[in-house]
Amino acid sequence: MSAGDTHTHGSAEVAARVERRWATIAVIIVVGMALLAAFAGIHRATMPQPRVETTDPSRIHLSGEFVESNLGSVLEANGNVTVRAIGQQYSFTPACIVVPVDTPITMRATSADVVHGILIQGTNINTMLVPGYISEQLMRFTKTGDYLMPCQEFCSFGHEGMWGKVKVIDKADFANRAKGGGRLSCVGQ
Amino acid sequence: MLVNRKLILAHFWLAFAVFGFALTLGAWQMFIRSPIGTWLSNPELYYRSLTAHGTVMGYVFPTLVAMGFGYAISESALEQRLVGVRWAWTGFWLIVAGAIMAVVPVALGRASVLYTFYPPLIGNVFYYLGVVLVVVGSWIWVALMAINLRVWRKAHPGAPVPLAMFANVAGSYLWAWTAVGAALELLLQIIPVAAGLKATIDAGLARVFFSWTLHAIVYFWLMPTYIAYYTIVPRAIGGRVYSDSMARISFILFLVVAMPIGMHHTFADPQVGAGFKFIHSAFTALVALPTLLTVFTICASVEIAARLRGGRGMFGWIRALPWDNPMMLALAFSFVMLGFGGAGGLINMSYQLDASIHNTQWITGHFHLIFGGAIVIMYFAIAYDLWPHLTGRELIDIRLIRTQLWLWFIGMIITTFPWHWVGILGMPRRMAYFDFGDPAIAPQALSVTFSAIGGFILLASGIMFIVILARGMRAPRVAAGPYRFALAVHQPATVPVALNTHALWVALMIVLTLTNYGYPIVTLALTEGTSVPAVYVGAQ
Ligand SMILES: [Cu+2]
Repeated sequence: MSAGDTHTHGSAEVAARVERRWATIAVIIVVGMALLAAFAGIHRATMPQPRVETTDPSRIHLSGEFVESNLGSVLEANGNVTVRAIGQQYSFTPACIVVPVDTPITMRATSADVVHGILIQGTNINTMLVPGYISEQLMRFTKTGDYLMPCQEFCSFGHEGMWGKVKVIDKADFANRAKGGGRLSCVGQ
Repeated sequence: MLVNRKLILAHFWLAFAVFGFALTLGAWQMFIRSPIGTWLSNPELYYRSLTAHGTVMGYVFPTLVAMGFGYAISESALEQRLVGVRWAWTGFWLIVAGAIMAVVPVALGRASVLYTFYPPLIGNVFYYLGVVLVVVGSWIWVALMAINLRVWRKAHPGAPVPLAMFANVAGSYLWAWTAVGAALELLLQIIPVAAGLKATIDAGLARVFFSWTLHAIVYFWLMPTYIAYYTIVPRAIGGRVYSDSMARISFILFLVVAMPIGMHHTFADPQVGAGFKFIHSAFTALVALPTLLTVFTICASVEIAARLRGGRGMFGWIRALPWDNPMMLALAFSFVMLGFGGAGGLINMSYQLDASIHNTQWITGHFHLIFGGAIVIMYFAIAYDLWPHLTGRELIDIRLIRTQLWLWFIGMIITTFPWHWVGILGMPRRMAYFDFGDPAIAPQALSVTFSAIGGFILLASGIMFIVILARGMRAPRVAAGPYRFALAVHQPATVPVALNTHALWVALMIVLTLTNYGYPIVTLALTEGTSVPAVYVGAQ
């Protein structure tokens, strides 16, 4: 018995019509999703870092923006805050980052050795640290408090011990601490 | 017409043996990092285990299943003796040699780089060479599938290629091309460093190469499952394939759009610009299309079976389905897990939503639901369905088979749902242990405990699966008859050339990959000063 014998030409047409309808719905769903992502990206400005920046990890200790004395948080003239940090096996420097609440913050970070990641729990801040490249993340905290910041990427045997901290403090308090113009951190506090 | 049954059985048995090994490691890992296990005094053992688990589950197990199933399809769908049997055995032994060569340094702690490699971490060179051998062995299979189809075409000019073989060859081409990304990373970047010929490596470029493989490989794992949906399930439950051409279109779409989307794995990486991230995100949305088409076609095919059995009404037919048939059960479980996993995948696909769960336990939950759940449960179903034809003996433990499938489904849900939850809370993946005494982490302890329990349910199910197959080797003999695939409601007498050949689609796949990957790869390769010193694992 072959299928063609038992079914009329009409049923094939019905099948084709239903199929086409479903295919159309499927295409609409997919295009809709892509448009939604584009809208969210452009309208809410939540797009990935636009520029690829590189840095030589074997020289970051010696010169440039990631020398040790330049790591931590700094209050810029326009009131924004820039945080610079590096990840290395198996810690972040600084291990505790202090930032003010309700302030636009730019975090610039890189790795000194292997691939690491920064994830701040309870937020959408999540980026990879790839040696040789600089990661930039824009952020803004709406609540003060302490946040855990684990390394989210496997970086060899000590990976499970690589936890940093983010301390979000009052704006005035931060401005006060930043008066000297130095680089702030909350290491040891 | 299954002639080379020993060859096919060898692939399946090796696949399920390594699967049992990796499954045991997986359960142990979940136990050890949960609050019910005691902490390891040496966390490095965890990463050894994790590397072995991922390498076996990611490369060895699905490849062997696809190969064994592919040989079975070639012989039974084409009704033609396998051409190149000697080569097929060569491929098999290459995989055996490669798997051993890779696992020994891992066991010795000299290659704890996980199956995703992570340069500039560099492990023992034999680990990478082992992986290369596994891939080379599987490429022999790719060539054999193409050759067997060509031989058949010569003998049947213009005839429609049987759907199962059409899909099987599409899957093999997808694999051949997707493996190129990791092969380039290994051959051009990692192995020279591991062998001591070079001391630096561009980690960013390596991650882009790997993303070329890392996403499409999932669709390679998926192919046997989709072939089973279309060509085994409807026959096994007494139905018909709703549409032969829809099936072909789905497989073609997988071939074309599964490839150039892997950069969604680098959404959080600094070495890829925003433009290519958006392009890959949009293409990722596109790959939902063949799955949506498949869900529709398979549901319609199942409905046909139900109505043939006397099912009535808008939804009443669902009750008329043969729910005691293991194939029906496996399909239903697979679809549920595919639904949840797919929904999670749509979240990962979007740059904006991905940021909240990138590299957390959510991701582990997502791909265990898709691969370990939706895909592997159909591997079980494929084995159950083929076994009597391969062994000439009946599988008698039908109740046990049902229990095994139920356990796998329940175990997978209990394992992965809590993972999704702690992922949203920001629990990072790939950690040997957590300090649940820390008040900030303590709330996650209960979820992690559930996952560990799920892991042991999965282990129990896996053991049952192997026992059922082993018992099937000594069951009473039956004449299983020729192995057949499901027929379509309108079985095509002719098929348009575009739906009967692969050349056009393979060309499109390659062109799309080159447009979506070419520019970023070339720019990264030409950027100076981004190579960093290698960090050798276990060198001290
Ligand atoms: Cu790290």
